[in-house]
Amino acid sequence: MELTTFWFIIIGVLWTGYFVLEGFDFGVGMLLPVLGKGKADSTTDAAAGQAGEVTDPVTDHIGENEKRRRVLLNTIGPVWDGNEVWLLTAGGATFAAFPNWYATLFSAAYLPLLIILVGLIVRNMGFEYRHKRDSVAWRKGWDTAIIVGSFIPAILWGVALTNMVRGLPINADMEFTGNLFTLLNPLSLLGGIVTMLVFMTHGCFFVALKTDGAVRHDARALATKTGLAAAVLAVVLLVWLGIEVGTVTSWVTSVLVALFFLAALAFNLRGKEGAAFAGTFVAIALFVLTYFVMLFPNVMPSTTNAAWSLTTENASSSHHTLVIMTWVALIFTPLVVLYQSWTYWVFRKRITTKHIPEAVDPSRPDPIKVH
Amino acid sequence: MDVLELARWQFAITTVYHFLFVPITIGLSALVAGYHTAWLRTGNTQYLRLAKFLGKLFTINFALGLVTGIVQEFQFGMNWSDYSRFVGDIFGAPLAIEALLAFFLESTFLGLWIFGWGRLPRALHAACIWIVHIGTLLSAYFILAANSFMQNPVGYRFNPETQRAELVDFGAVLLNKVQLVTFPHVAFSSYMVGGAVAMGVMLWNLRKRTLEARAAADAVETGGATKVAPTADDLTMYRKASRVGAIVMLVASLGVVVTGDLQGKVMTEVQPMKMAAAEALYDTYEKDAPFSIFTVGTRDGKEEKFAVTVPNLLSFLATGDFHGKVEGVNDLEPELQKKFNEGKLTSADSYTPNMMWSYWSFRWMMGWGGICMAIGVWVLWITRKGRNPVNRWMGPAALVGALSPVFAMSIGWIFTEIGRQPWVVYGVMTTKQGVSPSVSAGEVLTSMIVYTLLYGALAVVEVKLFMDYMRKGAEPVADDGEDLPGGHSDGSKNDDELSFAY
Repeated sequence: MELTTFWFIIIGVLWTGYFVLEGFDFGVGMLLPVLGKGKADSTTDAAAGQAGEVTDPVTDHIGENEKRRRVLLNTIGPVWDGNEVWLLTAGGATFAAFPNWYATLFSAAYLPLLIILVGLIVRNMGFEYRHKRDSVAWRKGWDTAIIVGSFIPAILWGVALTNMVRGLPINADMEFTGNLFTLLNPLSLLGGIVTMLVFMTHGCFFVALKTDGAVRHDARALATKTGLAAAVLAVVLLVWLGIEVGTVTSWVTSVLVALFFLAALAFNLRGKEGAAFAGTFVAIALFVLTYFVMLFPNVMPSTTNAAWSLTTENASSSHHTLVIMTWVALIFTPLVVLYQSWTYWVFRKRITTKHIPEAVDPSRPDPIKVH
Repeated sequence: MDVLELARWQFAITTVYHFLFVPITIGLSALVAGYHTAWLRTGNTQYLRLAKFLGKLFTINFALGLVTGIVQEFQFGMNWSDYSRFVGDIFGAPLAIEALLAFFLESTFLGLWIFGWGRLPRALHAACIWIVHIGTLLSAYFILAANSFMQNPVGYRFNPETQRAELVDFGAVLLNKVQLVTFPHVAFSSYMVGGAVAMGVMLWNLRKRTLEARAAADAVETGGATKVAPTADDLTMYRKASRVGAIVMLVASLGVVVTGDLQGKVMTEVQPMKMAAAEALYDTYEKDAPFSIFTVGTRDGKEEKFAVTVPNLLSFLATGDFHGKVEGVNDLEPELQKKFNEGKLTSADSYTPNMMWSYWSFRWMMGWGGICMAIGVWVLWITRKGRNPVNRWMGPAALVGALSPVFAMSIGWIFTEIGRQPWVVYGVMTTKQGVSPSVSAGEVLTSMIVYTLLYGALAVVEVKLFMDYMRKGAEPVADDGEDLPGGHSDGSKNDDELSFAY
């Protein structure tokens, strides 16, 4: 195999790693206001039932609803940052292996990327800072940051990648000649809605797998709704894209995406949470695979003139650089997968509202826990 | 302003801002790791309190360093796409390796450390924060290797077929002579920052708790004691921790001085123009060049009105010989014009960087470093032999002491980057050639405004939070040192509350 083809696959693997991992933490962030509200755990009396009906915004940030939100946030607490590094590695590896791809893509998707960056920034700050003060206003603010900051990249990555696959106006100098509205076409917007719904479903399965009690139950119920919507729209997207730029292989992988995704929903209905999560995990990986199969051997097809498309050959680094990067990737990627998997094993226990400690605040001492 | 100017301003704003948090992250992670290990080895819970206290301040700071770092990686492609195309073959590799080797280590093991209390065996848990620290150093190494290539391009050739710079020797890029002096200089400076921030935080707390203890003692005499006063042990802890911070800072500052001196000599060799600009040296000194400490000149700097100088010192700084020759701008400029003015990527109106910025930023860097060192010595002096003083200078000293090395590093980088102009890659590509052709001034302006407003707002939030947690101080922990219910760090656990949770 050509090294350029190998690196095309590596870039695909890195995006896959990013979407299967950060996909569920986007899902958790987006669903914070929905799953973070409802009946208290292990109480079935009328009072608690009524509390679940209350939608007054203040009660979302105190009492049982607040505990539910914290349960959700703690399912991803130790891992979201490591998940996001897959994006940084995908970006860095594209820069190293395909400088022209990196340069054209990042300068073309300028404003969407700016919005994605703002989303990621406020979301990450929300994760890190929300629990550091015990104040309703503080939590409300950061919750908004987390929710909005999860929706933005979940949608816009879908828009950006769909644009990349279907092609953009690119001139002979590999420069993007369109504008923001070129990027906001119906097909790509549909791509954004699909990634949003898929990540929501993936997030629900993750929550169902990592929590217990009412949150777990609600996540499973919600997954069926978002999952069905995702399934329908994903089929439309893949058929539409397939007609425009599909190949025999991409049709096969598209069918597999649908099968694994539907299997995940079926497993969820039967209460098999692990299998359901594995199902969306594989379906998302196959989804990225489908996109990359559609791209190859282009990396950014030009809609202006097919001869001006960026390909794995004309966008790549020199052979020497690719050889060095290959060694680095072959040694360190498995190592990363190993220790990152270990993190998930360390934090494998389900979390419930009764695990959630009292909120801390800088204005008062933490309780000293003696046992 | 055109795209070039806006893109440069944006890079300056986002990079200077990002780099306020970077040295604190590198330096404080080492101190947290040190205290965590000290607790493990001695069982003294004061070390655990300090590890947790500094750990909280560390995570407050780390969050901003992390999010602003993402912008850094994307910015090359967004604003500097022609630069990315031209040097990506060389420059991309250290960036990718930084993500794969360093960022994964930092993020994964910081998550393990923060959430790992009571869930990991104790030694392994302490190892996590050490791994975070190693990750920060690796990250610094690779990004500095990339920057060193821009200062002194080595290990590459220009490929006329692809019209770009291509890698021929990665070892040469990683072991660039600029890199070999820059990395230790930045690492020592970061330890200086970590030590200084710890010193400031602890000194402030020492004064506050001592006053509280005295007030409580007075209140007992008058029978009005109401709240729990800091104990003598608390005061000892803060006093010792202030001294540890000062010592770490001062030891690191020696490394900073030595490596800075070496850097000066390498800089004179590879970028004589930068050295000339740093000294506002117009005419070449064939020998015995004096070092100017302070200059009042005409506004354009072309004429000197008043100056304080040290004879022969510049010759020594630049060449290692008190009688060495140092070239001035007036000789270098025509040389560079002749050498570079023909090439498309290398032609420029002037090869002289902004003299005023270069001259003063160089001095401010050293000045702030010197101020920090003086405060460190003063802190050691007032706390000598068990002394526990309260004086009104402690507050300002804590603040200035903590911030001065951060300023020194910022302005040192401003010097490094301004002094390289008009080049983006020295002698190979000018900055104006690197900017994205397909991006409009409006787009760059939009993103610049968005980043500036967002970064400004986040700075307010972060500083307030940092100060509030600094005031809260090092919290008491349960006697067995593990304030986890039922948790024993040997890994056994029960179904109770998490010891740390979002």
